[in-house]
Formats: sequence, structure tokens, C-alpha cells
Amino acid sequence: MGHLIPQSIVPYVIPVICAVVIVAVLPLLAGYIVLMERKVMADMQARLGPMRVGPHGLLQPIADAVKLLLKEDIIPEKADLLLFWFAPLLSVTMALVAYAALPIGPAFQIADLNIGLLFILAVSALGIYGIVFGGWASNSHYSLLGALRSAAQLVSYETAAGLGLISALLLAGSLSMKEIVMAQYDQGVWFIWYVPIGFFIYLVGSIAETNRAPFDLPEAESELVAGYMTEYSGFRWSLYFLAEYANMIIVAGIATTLFLGGWLRPFVSFHDHLPGTSVELLDALPSLLVLGVALYCFYLAPKQPVKIQKLFMGAVGGLCFLLAAILAGALFAPAPVQQGIHGAFWFMAKVFGYLYLFLWFRFTFPRYRFDQLMRLGWRFLIPLSLVNLITLAVALLLTREWGWNLRLTTILSAGVTLGVAALLLKEDDAGSQMQTADGE
Amino acid sequence: MAALNSILFFFLSALAVVSAILMVTRRNIVHGAVYLITTLLATAGIFLLLQAEFLFVVQVILYVGGIMVLFVFVIMLVNLDVSLLRFQFNGQRFVAGVLALALSAQVFLAIWMGRNSLHLPEPAASIAAKNTEAVGDALFQRFMLPFEIASILLLVAMIGAVVMAKRRV
Amino acid sequence: MNATIPTDYYLWLSLALFTIGVIGVLTRRNVIIILMVFSRMWGSVDGQVFAIFVITDAAAEAAVGLGIILAFFRNRETLLADEMDMLKW
Repeated sequence: MGHLIPQSIVPYVIPVICAVVIVAVLPLLAGYIVLMERKVMADMQARLGPMRVGPHGLLQPIADAVKLLLKEDIIPEKADLLLFWFAPLLSVTMALVAYAALPIGPAFQIADLNIGLLFILAVSALGIYGIVFGGWASNSHYSLLGALRSAAQLVSYETAAGLGLISALLLAGSLSMKEIVMAQYDQGVWFIWYVPIGFFIYLVGSIAETNRAPFDLPEAESELVAGYMTEYSGFRWSLYFLAEYANMIIVAGIATTLFLGGWLRPFVSFHDHLPGTSVELLDALPSLLVLGVALYCFYLAPKQPVKIQKLFMGAVGGLCFLLAAILAGALFAPAPVQQGIHGAFWFMAKVFGYLYLFLWFRFTFPRYRFDQLMRLGWRFLIPLSLVNLITLAVALLLTREWGWNLRLTTILSAGVTLGVAALLLKEDDAGSQMQTADGE
Repeated sequence: MAALNSILFFFLSALAVVSAILMVTRRNIVHGAVYLITTLLATAGIFLLLQAEFLFVVQVILYVGGIMVLFVFVIMLVNLDVSLLRFQFNGQRFVAGVLALALSAQVFLAIWMGRNSLHLPEPAASIAAKNTEAVGDALFQRFMLPFEIASILLLVAMIGAVVMAKRRV
Repeated sequence: MNATIPTDYYLWLSLALFTIGVIGVLTRRNVIIILMVFSRMWGSVDGQVFAIFVITDAAAEAAVGLGIILAFFRNRETLLADEMDMLKW
């Protein structure tokens, strides 16, 4: 096999395969996350969601994609054609390029850059231009205002989110995404247990970064129509849409890698084995979980009213059973295969958990007004993240120079930061009350 | 591999020069900003070719992702349609062009005549995997004072910009 | 790996960008463009740590310059350098 491929191309084969897999799977994944969002929204609003197109609405994304591709491409009259064409392209390209440094598994990473995290942040910063130029090129007041507001929001929360990430970086000691996960493996615990406030800051910052509720003023339907996306239709709009959901997955991937342990399982240092085998107890957890889901589907299958839904539930149960079998089988495979399959499973599970938080917040919190949003970013999150950094640095100094226990010092630093947060919130309340009293 | 290096260098430098010329000559300011972004990205790519990966990423995040967003904001907030109709170049253009070319010719001569005696550092022959750590070490040990002065400069600039752009109610 | 590109090539590139910058600053009327082009002239210096400081300074100068332009625009409603002549005799 080695002599069939020229030697100079061999280092590029695996990254290219990974890249092709990611680019091929991503639009489908984004479509199904939209379906998941609509189903979760329906569940929280005590209704069913899409049920017509395909069993339980599972073919809904495909119908949506076909509709979008067949729609007429409307270009406003005095639109700036170069920028109008270029803006969604820029958004979606930057969203996809960011996947190059994301570690989905120990071997499933397109490029293990030394500055991986900064690379993803840089590429996300470039994605802002897709929004700004899209709004400008549409030659419409709503689009321009929506684009400028959105860009201002993104730039403001980028700082806070970055500072939140640095708090995990101080513990990891490297910018390479793979090194960060390996640091969590070496220290035996996910970083969220050491820096929960950093995780919270990054959570809020990432929700604002992706223009999701409650920070979705620039693109909410009842506000500025659709903001920068107003004048786009058909395929161009679907590019923006894909860019937004790809950004969500990227941001979830960063949070997973830095705070939730990447591809590691929950209790990393718990190495007890099943008696007599070399299989670790907790490694059996994924297949047990999926087996549980499969059994639940089989339990629900006879209770469906319609025959096709019975068959469908049975099919889903069968698929879950197959997945559980693969996960269990991987336990007895050589180590790289096991790490790869289980790693991918845990990574996707954590990403979907983080995305579930996004969906949950969307349907729970009311929308922030734009000035409230900017006040939250500049006057609460940035000071909070700076204080968090300072206290964490002091905690690390105490641990590394004077040998205190890391858990104790991080709990102390979290306590101080929470105290400062309470002070900031109290001062802000007074500030916002003064604002409304002035009739603003 | 060396051939790929040369190809990338010539492509990126051609992109930088062409984008710079386009930026200087566009009638539409927003197009000019787009070409400035392209120039900055090409320069960042050249930094990457010189194995200065931290500088590459800093240029993209700060310059392209921060300063240029600021520029584009101001352009979109103050843009006057009327300015698009007037002639874009001022009355000094010929004299300015000649002077600029004369200046450039002088510097060209200086570099050309001194190219053998100028001991420029050779670019690193292998991939310096610890570039970010090296820059961090330099910034916090050897260049600590300039670092602190730069942070004070940024603080002053921030206060100045806020004061000047604030609306006096 | 870099042995095939002599170091002077980078100097020529810097010179070319600097020249275009000078021409731009001297000939364009719109002050925003002048500011953009001015900042491009700094993009052509060498030395990594020095370059980081140059980027920092360019950021500070861009922020203050844009603040001045905004304040000026609010008073005089014009962006053309020809019309900013209030200090002339």
C-alpha cells in the first residue's frame, strides 16, 4: 500500500479524509440540529413540533433544503453586487475553516496546530465580516442597522469569551487543542471543576457570539425583520444559516475541549477494571447508555398509534442497539480504535449537551434590548472575566510555588470572583434604574 | 517543498501588492476596506511563511478582526453618497506621485547597493515549534518595559477615543 | 526550507507596500482612506517583537484617528481633506 501512494502525499491523506468527512457531514448535521431545536422548542411549549414530513418529522431538514435550493434568488435594486455575492461566502468559509483545529478524537483532527485555539478565534473574528458586508451590500436600512448591531455585539463579547478561555488555558499551559485535552487527562479531571466561572463566562460569551437568544436582537423576527439576512433568499440565505449553525458547533467544540475534557470520559482517573479483563469499568458506560436508549425505543414502539410509527420506533431502537454493539465491541479492539470510537462518542455527546443548553436558553429567557446587551458585555462580563483571571493566577501561584492544594485554591478564587460579581450586579442595578428613571 | 514555499511567497506578495494598489484607487470606500483586509491577510500569510506563527495569528485577530472592524464601522456610519460622485484624487496627485517614486527609488538604491554588507538574519531553517513560547519569553523578560509602555499607550488611546466620540448631551 | 528565498525579497516587498502607502496618503482626498493607507505603511517592518508593538501602536493610532474623524464629521459634515481647512489663514 505504501508504494501505491507517492511518499510526499502520505502526510496529507488522513487530514484530507477528515476534512472531506467534516465538510460532507456538516450541512446534514446542521439541518438536524435545526430539527432538534424545533422538537425541543415544541416539547418545552407542550406541543409536538414537525410531525408530517417523514416519521416524526425526520425528513423535515431535507424538505427545507430542497425548498431553499429551488427558491428564487432575489437581489435588491442598488445592491453592491461584489459584496452581496461575497458576504455569505465569507461567513460560511470561515465557519468551515475553523474546523481545521478542532479535536474530535485523538486521531480525528485535521491539523494539530501549535496555536490551535488562537487560530479558531482568529477565524471566528474573520466571520464577522460576512455579517457586516452582507448588511451593507443589501442597500437597506434594516439590514445595515442589524449588521452593525450584530457586529458590535460580536466584537464586545469576543473579548469576554476570550478572557474566559484564558482561565482554562492557565491550567492547561498550551494553546494546542490536543495538548489541552492531554493536560486534562494528566491532571485527571475536567477543567470545569477548577474554573466553573470561566465556563459560565464562556457560555454567555459564546451565546452572544453566535447571535443566539437571549442575545438575538439583530436577527429576531419581531425586531429588525431578519437583520443582515433580510434581503437574502434561497441558497445565499441557506449559506448564512449553515454558517450560523456551524459556528454554534465550533463554539460548543471549543467549550468541550477546554472545559469538558474533549474526548475524555467523565471520571478520567478512575481506572478500576472489570475483574479479570483489561476493560476499564467506566469505558462500558457509553454502550450501556445507548443500550438504555434502545430499550426505551423498543418499549415505546408498541404504544404508537400508527403502524408506520411503530416500525419507525423499532428501526430507531435497532440503530441504537447497533451503536451500543459497536461501542461495546470497540472495548476489545486495539487501543487506537477504541480511543477513536469512544472519543468521538464522548465528544459528540458533550457537544450536543452544550447545544442543548443553547436551545434551552433560547426558549426560556426573554430577549435582551441592545443597550442592556452592551451594558452586560462591557460592564459586567469583561470586569468579571478580568477579576476571574487575576484570582485564578493568584490561586495557581499559591499552588505551584507554595504547594497548596489546587482544588482549595480554585474554590477560594471562585469565591472571591463571585463576591466581585455580586458587587458588580448591585452597582449595575442602581445604574439601570437611574437610566429608566431618566425616561430613556 | 521548497518550490511550494516559493510559489506561496510569490502568490502572497503579488496578492499584497495588487490589493494595496486596488485599495488606494477605489472610488467606493467600502471596497477599499475590503482590499485593505485582503492586503492584511496576505501580509499575515507571509508572516506564517517566515515561521512567525504567533505574529500571524496576532495580526489576524487584532488588525483584521479588530482595527478593520472599527474602520468598517466608521465608514458605514458616516458614509456620504455625495462623495462618490466627486473626483477621488486631489490636485497634488502628479507631484505626489513623482515624489513618492523618487523616495522609493532612493530606498531601492540604498538596499541594492548595501545588499552584500547588510547582515540580515537568515530565516529559521526548520519549523520553530516553540515560536509562541519564545515570543512570550521575549515579551515578558527582555521587552518588559516596552510591553508596559504599550499597555499604557493603549489605555490612553482608549480613553481618548471614548472622549472624542462621545456625544455631548 | 527557506533557503530558496533570499531575505532581500522580503525587503523589496516591504518597499513596494511602503511606496503604495506613501502615494495613497499624498493623493487621496477622503480622510478615512488616508488613515487606512497610513496604517498600511507600518505593515512593512521586520522583527517579530517589534512587529507586535507596531500592531499595537497602529491599533491605538487607528482608534484615536477615527475618533477625530467622527468628531470632525459631526461638526462639519464632510469627509474630504480639501474641505478641512479651518486652520488655514
